[in-house]
Amino acid sequence: MNEALLRSLTPSVLGILVRRGADFAAAEDAVQDALVNAVRVWPADPPRDPKGWLVTVAWHRFLDATRADAARRRREDLVDEEPAPEPAPGVDDTLRLYFLCAHPSLTPSSAVALTLRAVGGLTTRQIAQAYLVPEATMAQRISRAKRTVSGVRFDQPGDVATVLRVLYLVFNEGYSGDVDLAAEAIRLTRQLASAIDHPEVAGLLALMLLHHARRATRTAPDGGLVPLAEQDRARWDTESIAEGVEILQAALARDRLGEFQAQAAIAALHADAPTAEETDWVQIVEWYDELARLTDSPVVRLNRAVAVGEADGPRAGLAALAALDDSLPRHTAVAAYLHERDGDLAAAARLYAEAARKAPNLAERDHLTRQAARLNTRRCR
Amino acid sequence: MAKYLLLKHYRGAPAAVNDVPMDKWTPEEISAHVQYMNDFAARLEETGEFVDSQALAPGGTFVRYDGEGRPPVTDGPFAETKDLIAGWMVIDVDSHERALELAGELSAAPGAGGKPIHEWLELRPFLTEPPTITE
Repeated sequence: MNEALLRSLTPSVLGILVRRGADFAAAEDAVQDALVNAVRVWPADPPRDPKGWLVTVAWHRFLDATRADAARRRREDLVDEEPAPEPAPGVDDTLRLYFLCAHPSLTPSSAVALTLRAVGGLTTRQIAQAYLVPEATMAQRISRAKRTVSGVRFDQPGDVATVLRVLYLVFNEGYSGDVDLAAEAIRLTRQLASAIDHPEVAGLLALMLLHHARRATRTAPDGGLVPLAEQDRARWDTESIAEGVEILQAALARDRLGEFQAQAAIAALHADAPTAEETDWVQIVEWYDELARLTDSPVVRLNRAVAVGEADGPRAGLAALAALDDSLPRHTAVAAYLHERDGDLAAAARLYAEAARKAPNLAERDHLTRQAARLNTRRCR
Repeated sequence: MAKYLLLKHYRGAPAAVNDVPMDKWTPEEISAHVQYMNDFAARLEETGEFVDSQALAPGGTFVRYDGEGRPPVTDGPFAETKDLIAGWMVIDVDSHERALELAGELSAAPGAGGKPIHEWLELRPFLTEPPTITE
């Protein structure tokens, strides 16, 4: 049984049911039923047209469920009156499903859960495990999300930016249990990129591929963080980098710059450098300027200060940092790094320790504590 | 999407505003309190924000390694001055603001006279996994 095939067919089957007039929640239940059926029946009797098979079975499930529910008599009448659906390109339905799952009326965590379930075809248990919450919690989150969007008209044009934000959230989740969420986000973004012609979709896909290419080198065997400059570049996935760069260049050539393209450009410059010393920091600062113009985000300006510190020296970096609010996440860690580069080891050690106390995750806290300890033990000897 | 721990304390937290020991409440007031807590948890299950909830017994013991081949050292039951955790609830919410709102709601559980106890709760964020993108 090909689970990947089933998962890739899920969104378009679901999209077809909803376009035929099925309520989103009922359609999702019917598709899940059809998938369970496929797992049971296909090994002995593989269909010639898997998608057609799933649509037929799911549609019958939906009709059965609707008929069985006396309280839904009126909806049944509506369904019976529906004209026979005309065949339509599958990509359209998938695309609509992306927009529905990322609907602005949903909270970010609900949109993520619904996208993984409806578009990604993951089970509730898999999503719950990935987010380290009980299955019952995730089931509630998904069914509430389904109720929230059940009244939404399916033919409304969606907002690409919202869809991309949801996919980026999935990618950026560090958890990896049964399901690798980063790989899942790449798969979904790839699917979206083949369905929609938009430079920012390409930009996000390039960004994900470029970051994913470095994943194996980002943590030490003991789980400790390895900073970019110390990563073993020979172990970066060159195929993934080449693909990311190619997608990015095609997107940039269309001259409709967006924040994901700009972020991907920065990631590409890092990926391009044969050694950390050969990084083109001057160009990276220029891309951060573009990014700051596009997003006006204080986090971008914080990253820019790091790049300025590399391009023009630690004093310049500290000057750029001084203009920013020191309550920003990682502000203290950046200050510690720049003070160390500037030779002020006492201030750096103190700031590293302070940054460790504020760190949002264990790996970062351990890393920063080690930096403080490295400077403190060196100064004492 | 962030997890928070809501900690209730037997001792160690600042005194509640409506600070009457539970054994001085009427049975009805205790029932109302318990009902409030159950309803609160049920609502969080409904919203998909509930992760876990447990109550702890008041008795606790500090334990320490005492060297090779020797039994661990204990310091016996907690002395009055020590912080003592009564139980916890773990929630998974979209923002820090939402976590504060829920903690405030839990602190408003009814106590003596049916009035909110205004109990101090400790709200602690979980350390997360590092995000995929760090640099």
